[in-house]
Amino acid sequence: MTPIPLRPDLAAVAAAVPEGARVLDIGCGNGQLLAWLRDTKGVEGRGIELDAADVASAVGRGLAVVQGDADTDLADYPDAAFDVVILSNTLQAMQRPAAVLAELVRIGRSAIVSFPNFGHWRVRLSLTLGGRMPVTRSLPVSWHETPNIHFCTIADFEALAAEMGLTVERATGLSAGRPVSLWSNLLADTGVFVLRR
Amino acid sequence: MDQRFGLDKRIILPGDFPLAGGGVLPELTVAYETYGRLNANASNAILICHALTLDQYVASTHPRTGKPGWWTRLVGPGKPVDPEHWFVICANVLGGCMGSSGPTSIDPRDGQPYAMRFPVITIGDMVAAQTRLLDHLGIAQLHAVIGGSMGGMQALTWAVNHPARVQKVVAIATAARHSAQNIAFHEVGRQAIMADPKWQGGLYAPDAPPADGLAVARMAAHITYLSEAGLTEKFGRRLQNRDAVSFGFDADFQVESYLRHQGLSFVERFDANSYLYITRAMDYFDLAEPFGGNLARAFAGSPCRFALVSFTSDWLYPTAESRRIVRALNAAGAPVSFVELESPFGHDAFLLDAPEMNRVVHGFLAA
Repeated sequence: MTPIPLRPDLAAVAAAVPEGARVLDIGCGNGQLLAWLRDTKGVEGRGIELDAADVASAVGRGLAVVQGDADTDLADYPDAAFDVVILSNTLQAMQRPAAVLAELVRIGRSAIVSFPNFGHWRVRLSLTLGGRMPVTRSLPVSWHETPNIHFCTIADFEALAAEMGLTVERATGLSAGRPVSLWSNLLADTGVFVLRR
Repeated sequence: MDQRFGLDKRIILPGDFPLAGGGVLPELTVAYETYGRLNANASNAILICHALTLDQYVASTHPRTGKPGWWTRLVGPGKPVDPEHWFVICANVLGGCMGSSGPTSIDPRDGQPYAMRFPVITIGDMVAAQTRLLDHLGIAQLHAVIGGSMGGMQALTWAVNHPARVQKVVAIATAARHSAQNIAFHEVGRQAIMADPKWQGGLYAPDAPPADGLAVARMAAHITYLSEAGLTEKFGRRLQNRDAVSFGFDADFQVESYLRHQGLSFVERFDANSYLYITRAMDYFDLAEPFGGNLARAFAGSPCRFALVSFTSDWLYPTAESRRIVRALNAAGAPVSFVELESPFGHDAFLLDAPEMNRVVHGFLAA
């Protein structure tokens, strides 16, 4: 069975997961990434997801997924319970992003965090010239309907990681799924960071 | 035909069956139903555990009421628990009144019904009786145990008391302990039974049971299985076969008529003393209690996989109770899936159409 190819941002996350790792995917949706990791990298995966229908789909795929909220439910996991904890495209929707980050590196030996980069040139252009909150490919919902309440730029995230004393093992900027080598805070629509305590 | 799966599906195991409360049964009878075929290495067995007032007829016609099985939405051809693939077992619980040892059984020591001489039992005792049935059927390990409500309590108890004998645990609309409110409602039911003069300390004749008390117990309990929104939607303040209230105490309202019907039909299929014993077992249930109140310790080292389902409008065993179990399982490092499903039907939602529950159970069993 050939696994369905992953969305480019998920592929970048998946690439950072070692073979056979114990993985917790927070905000795992219908389990696409976890199923892919299980089928191609032999990981032992768990998931957390808010949406009941997505949880049912993920469990239907044979995954161990709990309906829950990263803002409140991470405290129950023991220290270093996982090799890798993934938070893909979810940090910006958290009530307390810094507290969630601290939990990620506590329960995982490493954490992979991806988020939409609010420093992307389209966002800057939209604000600077249009005077409007951006609606872009990676931020498709208008400001009053978006679940995203804590936007940051790649530079902001780097500053927070430094402030929290986290080690950045790898930082990748993506533009339309392809890595950006220069000026990522301007050119990347998505940031993917591998962190540890 | 294999003697184990004959028409009279009950086993009688002579010899002492010790109970958690210190009592001993001189022999144990377990009545059960099976569906499907046990495969050569006995690896496809699934045990279904029933709720308080249900029985072993999970997917077959009830011999007393003539009604179809109580969980045919989940168990049956083309359903998540398909007898084409699984060997499905459902046993009447210890303390029950559909053939397994209970207060209506005859004490072999004097030939009289136990009645209130039956020892008080626990959920753990019910599960221990099920392990004896599995021994008899030649099943060392279940692929899964599945239960809703009190059945979920048994399923969780399997994982804690007999972790090597079950791979997967499905616990639906349940809790790891009985709350004060749960105990309170049960006590109302028990007092209704015991206040009925016909109860006679439990020594009623089979043809003169404390039907009024048991009916009231059922009415009170039945309310806890529904939801306010569900009752409002089904009955509102509508009147029963009349245009105006009677200024009397007839069942003016449809909801009264409905509850009275629930009470009356229940006494035809259930024994009052059994109701006392089984509700007591549920009240005593607290999985964490032997572990210093730490539920995670109860599950520590369990090799089982878990799936839990709760329903939004279930106020008998609300989602918070399932979350408590999920938190403990996470802390114990056990693989767990959990989902809270939207339903207006209260606790009974698990017995009704729940496509997402079916999807979860199907996927979980197949994984």
